[in-house]
Amino acid sequence: MATLKSLHVGLIPLVDAAPLVIARELGFATQEGLSLHLHKEVSWANIRDKVNVGHIDCAHMLAPMPLAATLGIGHIQAKTIAPLTLSLNGNAITVSKALHLQMLDADQSNTLKGGRAAGQALAKVVRLRQKKGDPQISFGTVYPFSCHNYELRDWLAGAGLNPDDDVNLVILPPSLMTESLQAGQIDGFVAGEPWNSVAVERAEACILATKRELWGLAPEKVLGVRAGWADQHLDELQALIRAIVYAGQWLDQSANRVQAAEILSRSEYLNVPTDIIVRALTSALIRQPGQTPGDDRGFVIFSREGASQPSTTYAAWLLTQMARWGQLTGDIDIVGLAQTVFSSDLYATALQVDAPIPNKVDDAVRAAARFDVTNVSSYLKTVTISSDPDVLQQLAVAQPR
Amino acid sequence: MSETTDTDLTILVLDENPVRSAILESGLKEAGFSEVIILSEPLGLVDQIYKVDPDVVLIDLENPSRDMLEQMFQVSRAVRRPIAMFVDQADKMSIERAIEAGVSAYIVDGLKKERVKPILDMTMSRFRAFDRLQRELDEAKTALEERKVIDRAKGILMSRKNLSEADAYAQLRRSAMMQNRKIYDVALSLISAAELLE
Repeated sequence: MATLKSLHVGLIPLVDAAPLVIARELGFATQEGLSLHLHKEVSWANIRDKVNVGHIDCAHMLAPMPLAATLGIGHIQAKTIAPLTLSLNGNAITVSKALHLQMLDADQSNTLKGGRAAGQALAKVVRLRQKKGDPQISFGTVYPFSCHNYELRDWLAGAGLNPDDDVNLVILPPSLMTESLQAGQIDGFVAGEPWNSVAVERAEACILATKRELWGLAPEKVLGVRAGWADQHLDELQALIRAIVYAGQWLDQSANRVQAAEILSRSEYLNVPTDIIVRALTSALIRQPGQTPGDDRGFVIFSREGASQPSTTYAAWLLTQMARWGQLTGDIDIVGLAQTVFSSDLYATALQVDAPIPNKVDDAVRAAARFDVTNVSSYLKTVTISSDPDVLQQLAVAQPR
Repeated sequence: MSETTDTDLTILVLDENPVRSAILESGLKEAGFSEVIILSEPLGLVDQIYKVDPDVVLIDLENPSRDMLEQMFQVSRAVRRPIAMFVDQADKMSIERAIEAGVSAYIVDGLKKERVKPILDMTMSRFRAFDRLQRELDEAKTALEERKVIDRAKGILMSRKNLSEADAYAQLRRSAMMQNRKIYDVALSLISAAELLE
């Protein structure tokens, strides 16, 4: 057998790093001729910097990161691509017990409905507190360029709240969310698993809404690769894409999910007890202490529903959100950029499928966000709450028809 | 650029390792930077940073609070003085050097790069020095540990086979050479074998 080619891949210890971990641990990488070295990192900023300077070849990234890097916002410009989606959904909005009680008081039926309806209940609490002169509600998210940030802001805006004025948004490492809730520094947060379940377990928190409830199907983490590296390592990258896709297919057989939780719980990966990790993986979240596990089918998806194929519709939506919330100015071609960074070409070549492939995730995103990639301008005109309406107007004018 | 304005800068060091941050603090103070503040507690960091209102923030790469700092790049009403990245587009080399040393730096927007360079250079050299120190310490610990094991193995040979210390050592060395193993490994096997025979 030919010698294995070494690849160094960075990851953040989260349930949705599973495809990389399983590709290594169960031999999917070896079958593709790769020796996969996984590097556990403590921050998304580290992931970005280490990919940029080539300390690692590619990484588990938040879907907006390759877009931000390619545009050079928040840091130096480094053309980065997202040739593969690693996971769909998998996040949740979690609130402290105290805030949950206030929401139940203010609007029991919407709070219990969860999802977008729960946002309406939160809005009532916010208005009540504003009237009484109580301190603002604080929410933690994990990174400025994260799906979490845009999804939380969109959820708040959907309930008529301005995320910049009506609440206080802070960035915290997910591992600190529970402690910060306990210390009263935040009232809620958005994070991937296992951190919501950890907060339920250790801080009596309540999981209010999941990304699946809010979106149906939406990308979360992607494989982020520096474009220059990809050009020079096409064979290895395609082998890696195959290894991850096969690992994802293994992961999406429900019979395998408990074993996956056991592997992820090891100290070199998440270092969190299996019985907490397994909740997300078996789609059985415990939303509040003492409750029985719920039915969260589709909570996190790695392969089915065409999950692995990059979604340009979601990428385009992310770019509009960057503009909406003041991270992006200027007249960029949103769809063109989304198609370059989230191109399906490598995916199609690696798996020998004929493009164009019908993309179920694109359809789901279009429905959930009421976002039509063929008419971004008209979407931008419907956005009522944003950091700067002028920026959106400029952007709408700049979109090619 | 005058000496006095440079040393006026308030430098915030975020490092969970107290030894390393002490080494860095003393280096910066020796270089004339008197306003050096060290924070190690991650909870409530944002508030503390606002209170300190630093010109330069230095953070170790193993610190998960780095992502929180990145938020301060964002233009936001909450931030009085937005923090920018030390490096500019042309500066990939300096990011690379900083990452190698295990540190990242952020500065308040508008601060001239030349003013920050000596601080970053100092930080990187102290971080590297700390790494060396750590490595030497680890090596010393390992060496001590190995010597203890070999001494114990020697003791077993001396008492069981009535050998002198020099002969016991010579026998260990001979076995190691014949088996192409390290003396330490042979000594370990001997100890575990002896324990089995107790």
